[in-house]
Amino acid sequence: MTGAPLVAWSILVPLAGAVAALVAGPRGGRWAGLLTAPLALAAHLGLAAQVRAGGPVRHLVGGWGAPLGIDLLADGLSALMLLMTGVVGLLVTIYAFAYFEDHGDGRGDVAARGDAVRRRLLFWPLWLFLWAALAALFLTRDVFNVYVTLELVGLSAVALVALADEPAALSAAARYLVLALLGSLAYLLGVGLAYAGHATLDADGLRAALRPGLLTAAVAALVGAGLCVKAAIFPLHGWLPPAHGGAPSPVSAVLSALVVKASFYLLLRWWGEILPGDGLAASSALLGTMGALAILWGSIQALRQERLKQVIAYSTVAQLGYLFLWFPLSRHLGAATALQGAALFALAHALAKAGLFLAAGSVLHALHRDDLDALRGLGTRQPLTAATLALGTVSILALPPSGGFAAKWLLLSAALQAGAWWWVAVMLAGGLLAAGYSFRVLERIISPAPDESPAPAPAAMALPAFALAVAALALGMAPWLPLELLAAAPPLAGLGRGAP
Amino acid sequence: MSQPHLYALSGVALVAIGLLGILAHRHLVRRIIGLNVTGSGVFLVLVALAARSTPADPVPHALVLTGLVVGVSATALGLALAVRLQRETGGPEVPEDGEGGGR
Repeated sequence: MTGAPLVAWSILVPLAGAVAALVAGPRGGRWAGLLTAPLALAAHLGLAAQVRAGGPVRHLVGGWGAPLGIDLLADGLSALMLLMTGVVGLLVTIYAFAYFEDHGDGRGDVAARGDAVRRRLLFWPLWLFLWAALAALFLTRDVFNVYVTLELVGLSAVALVALADEPAALSAAARYLVLALLGSLAYLLGVGLAYAGHATLDADGLRAALRPGLLTAAVAALVGAGLCVKAAIFPLHGWLPPAHGGAPSPVSAVLSALVVKASFYLLLRWWGEILPGDGLAASSALLGTMGALAILWGSIQALRQERLKQVIAYSTVAQLGYLFLWFPLSRHLGAATALQGAALFALAHALAKAGLFLAAGSVLHALHRDDLDALRGLGTRQPLTAATLALGTVSILALPPSGGFAAKWLLLSAALQAGAWWWVAVMLAGGLLAAGYSFRVLERIISPAPDESPAPAPAAMALPAFALAVAALALGMAPWLPLELLAAAPPLAGLGRGAP
Repeated sequence: MSQPHLYALSGVALVAIGLLGILAHRHLVRRIIGLNVTGSGVFLVLVALAARSTPADPVPHALVLTGLVVGVSATALGLALAVRLQRETGGPEVPEDGEGGGR
């Protein structure tokens, strides 16, 4: 347990940064952000190194210990999620540093300048606060503490969406708020029932206590429904495209890359670890079916969109579906492979999708519009941004040698090991549909440029987006790095209890 | 029926009423009120569950207190959003899900 405070630093650094950014005001806030992000990533990296060398790291907050206190635990999976947050977080921070500085929306009037100052003032504390809440969510072992972190994530995410001043984004934020709160109330009721039955809120305590039965079924239904709303899985995805597509681009990147993953991560913990494996066959099949429908429906909707950020947002709806295939696959022979696949998929999607949204932000910055026809000639006007869109797409399409390919390969082999050809078919169909909506974008990028050539986005924006897309690609060339971390401190020790 | 049972059932009824309010109205303030009613129902269920033993279990009370704090913050955020929506669009209505429309 040496150096356990690194677990605490992973949460405290972004939290302190949020306070510093608020105190520093609209001028200094971005410097607080730029200073905090590398420190937080360093804390996450240090923790991951510690987990890799010595197995899971547990920290008892205040020295109390469960069941009275709250335990923080970093195992391979939470360390991986923290690294994902750190890498995406640092690059989004660098991008936002330039983005919020001279983002005038093309309007030069006083009101627009006032909006820009307000955004600069509010973005940095909210974003760093969201980072701290995500880190706490990935680390906590107390299921009620999870509720608190879920609310912290949800409220700061809603406020970040509302930073966009278009009325459409505001109503998207309002709908997001209502659904997120409804989801967490369902989760809270589930946790309350679990406590009423077993008098513990500790994940390990509940895992030992919960037995298949009516109470456990009610807990699973409430917790599952609440988290599914927040994870925006089909058919509960309606709030996601307007919120993710309408938010300021750095916010879109963070929401799509990290925030929806947090809800999936919790579902994975509950279904893989906390709930008893014997009663989960039906719910796992249901979650898998919702995932399969999300892949198909999200991709078809992405094909029908006319604006770049809406295409990317619907692509997130579809990509989340692949993660949900983990639920049925975890109950069969290839369970270990499925977990590796899901973890790698979350990682690859986070990197690629953040890169795509940031690139879309660069397009908007230069052109003040993001309908697909505006992309014509992007390859010559903004080559770096065009390359980002292309490379990010390679990972979303799961073409080798990208991270998306390695992840999908693992999921496919898990499905083959389980003998579940229907999941294989869905994944392959999803790949074809993704090619459809991606090539609609790519075809315009490489088509000839119109005459006018507006100034491209600054390099401080184009480069971090490009770095994310390259990282998504590089992940496919060294997928063993995250997988070794996962294997060094394997999560879900109870997994496979119900497997044949 | 014992007193805790009565409270728990009232809580469930409140949850149902609140849900109806959220689903039936598009006015953001009404939806926020619906959320608060739903929240009160959840809290009542938790308190009723705690009252099954004597003395009452304090842990669910702590959960409810935390939930109340979260609820107040969320309501404040929601109302601030409603004010901004009113200012920008002239009405605090949340539009229906526009699936597929290339907004």
